[in-house]
Amino acid sequence: MKNLRKVLCVTMAAAMTTALALPAAVFADDTFHIGMIGPITGAAAIYGSAVANAGQLAVDEINEAGGIAGFQVEYTAEDDEHDAEKSVNAYNSLKDKGMQMLLGTVTSAPCIAVEAEAAADNMFLLTPSGTAVECIQAGDNAFRVCFSDPAQGTAAAQYIGEHGLAEKVGVLYNSSDVYSTGVYATFRAEAENQPFEIVEDQSFTDDSNKDFSTQLLAFKDAGCELIFVPFYYDPAYLVLGQAADMGLETKWFGVDGMDGILSVENFDTSLAEDVMLLTPFSVSAEDELTQNFVAKYKEAYGEEPNQFAADAYDGVYIMKQAIEQAGVTPDMSYSEICDALKTAMTEIEFTGVTGTITWDASGEPTKAPMAVVIKNGAYELMD
Amino acid sequence: MRFLFYLINGISLGSVYAIIALGYSMVYGIAKMLNFAHGDVIMVGGYAAFTSAVTLGLHPVLSIGVAIVVCTVLGVIIESVAYRPLLEASSSLAVLITAIGVSYFLQNLVLLIFGSNSKSFQSLIRIPGLSLAGGTLVISGEMIVTIVACIVIMLALTCFINRTKMGQAMLAVSEDKGAAQLMGINVNGTIALTFAIGSGLAAIAGVLLCSSYPSLTPYTGAMPGIKAFVAAVFGGIGSIPGAFLGGILLGIIEIFAKGYISTQLSDAIVFGVLIIVLLVRPTGLLGKKIQEKV
Repeated sequence: MKNLRKVLCVTMAAAMTTALALPAAVFADDTFHIGMIGPITGAAAIYGSAVANAGQLAVDEINEAGGIAGFQVEYTAEDDEHDAEKSVNAYNSLKDKGMQMLLGTVTSAPCIAVEAEAAADNMFLLTPSGTAVECIQAGDNAFRVCFSDPAQGTAAAQYIGEHGLAEKVGVLYNSSDVYSTGVYATFRAEAENQPFEIVEDQSFTDDSNKDFSTQLLAFKDAGCELIFVPFYYDPAYLVLGQAADMGLETKWFGVDGMDGILSVENFDTSLAEDVMLLTPFSVSAEDELTQNFVAKYKEAYGEEPNQFAADAYDGVYIMKQAIEQAGVTPDMSYSEICDALKTAMTEIEFTGVTGTITWDASGEPTKAPMAVVIKNGAYELMD
Repeated sequence: MRFLFYLINGISLGSVYAIIALGYSMVYGIAKMLNFAHGDVIMVGGYAAFTSAVTLGLHPVLSIGVAIVVCTVLGVIIESVAYRPLLEASSSLAVLITAIGVSYFLQNLVLLIFGSNSKSFQSLIRIPGLSLAGGTLVISGEMIVTIVACIVIMLALTCFINRTKMGQAMLAVSEDKGAAQLMGINVNGTIALTFAIGSGLAAIAGVLLCSSYPSLTPYTGAMPGIKAFVAAVFGGIGSIPGAFLGGILLGIIEIFAKGYISTQLSDAIVFGVLIIVLLVRPTGLLGKKIQEKV
């Protein structure tokens, strides 16, 4: 019995060593290998599957049109279930398979963990939708398609100021949430430079996010013409309902967390009428790029693409443009490609479905925010 | 005006806490155990009402009935499967931990069935609100119904316990299980009845909570459950009028703290007041001190 175990151990060890010694490259050498990591299953699956799908759509389009600089692209998606540890495992597995560039990860917390690895490896990382500042801070290898959390606050303040939406502004934010406080802080800082005044700021916490009567009364007393609400659609729809009950008449301005309010089950969407929000993408935009993307996505996956899909679709084309700019070829190592791409990224100006974007060496995108207003239960683009 | 507004909102929030606290207090008073799953039974009641009213399109009154039946059955099942074997066999600590387990079980079960997306619960209460002082003060129909329901339930429970045979049996079980059994009282049956009533109340609380604050997620019951537990302790756990008083006071303190001091510190103030009250009156505002002879 003991001997049998020993034999088994030796066999296992031998098998594992052989596995390690096998050549890592599974892909062929004349194609670019883009890896993608995101929550394809689990609670955040709606985000990850959108990125996986839209990325595939873009890659298929590129391959059909002759590839990047004549080379075909191979796209491999791995699931991380919105879990940092699984995300790092997925990263290592993709690297073993010969990944040269990473589109991901999709959600912030796993992205921070993966970026730490990718920065150490010098692997090019482009996150379509990781909004936390730290997602791209570990090294100079990382870039972002979407706005970071704080950038949204600045963009929102500028938008309200430039379009003269209000003079007296109130802010309601979730003081127990890093996303909400981050947006609030930069909004407040930028408001100093804008022709409106924050006359009232109020907060709530995750533990008391049911009753907003006291905060809403304060806004009413202060005579706010517009209330900035930088937090998620849940509980924003509760706030809108209670404000309507109180007879508080004001404009509402949200950020990307507000996206989703129209799909709350059984929600009376007339309460959200005229609510404005910053979003990187609107399916109703009339330019040819967006129309083409929306039509193709609908045909392939049977639903309208959300902002995550749009970010991912652009992400693949951003990689294409950067590769062409840098003139890299698939036979280079991922580290060489990364070095070339990080210079190229700062040189290109990209135009896609989420706007026209440029980057600096920090990896943060510069682009004009897009604002939509809800009319009759649907987004309508604001000018 | 501001004061009145806060007061009305405080009473309205407080009556939701009170109605949940009644269930907590009753189960504790009689079975001598903290049913931490109470908040989640409330959430199940909310989902039952939502499903029957929105998905099946039943009449609001009927869907409240469905919620009560679902929760009552659920309460009895939880008691017989999870608590009774432990109440007989081991320490009260084991039951407490099991209650937390049941709480997570219910949350995850609902998460599995209904998903994590929040649902907007349209009020099942079709009573117009009162408008005072030229429309500047509005008392909604939900507030009125919650407060009235709370008072009615409190009075009915008090009468039930003091005036009926079953109620007397409950009192006897709460004072001494062993002696009650010797007197021919069916102890297990009485405790099961307590859970049935407590869970039925939870269904009503769920409907009222979701009607006043129309958001329904698998975690809807968790925080109100904890606050209601605090309210029950505040008023004197085990005391039915105490739960009512504790709930209303907690709501008023919370809203006043938010309105006059700080929205961020309101929870700290609420729990601070609880600590002070318990230091002065360890059994809560209306709790009775039971002296045990050695």
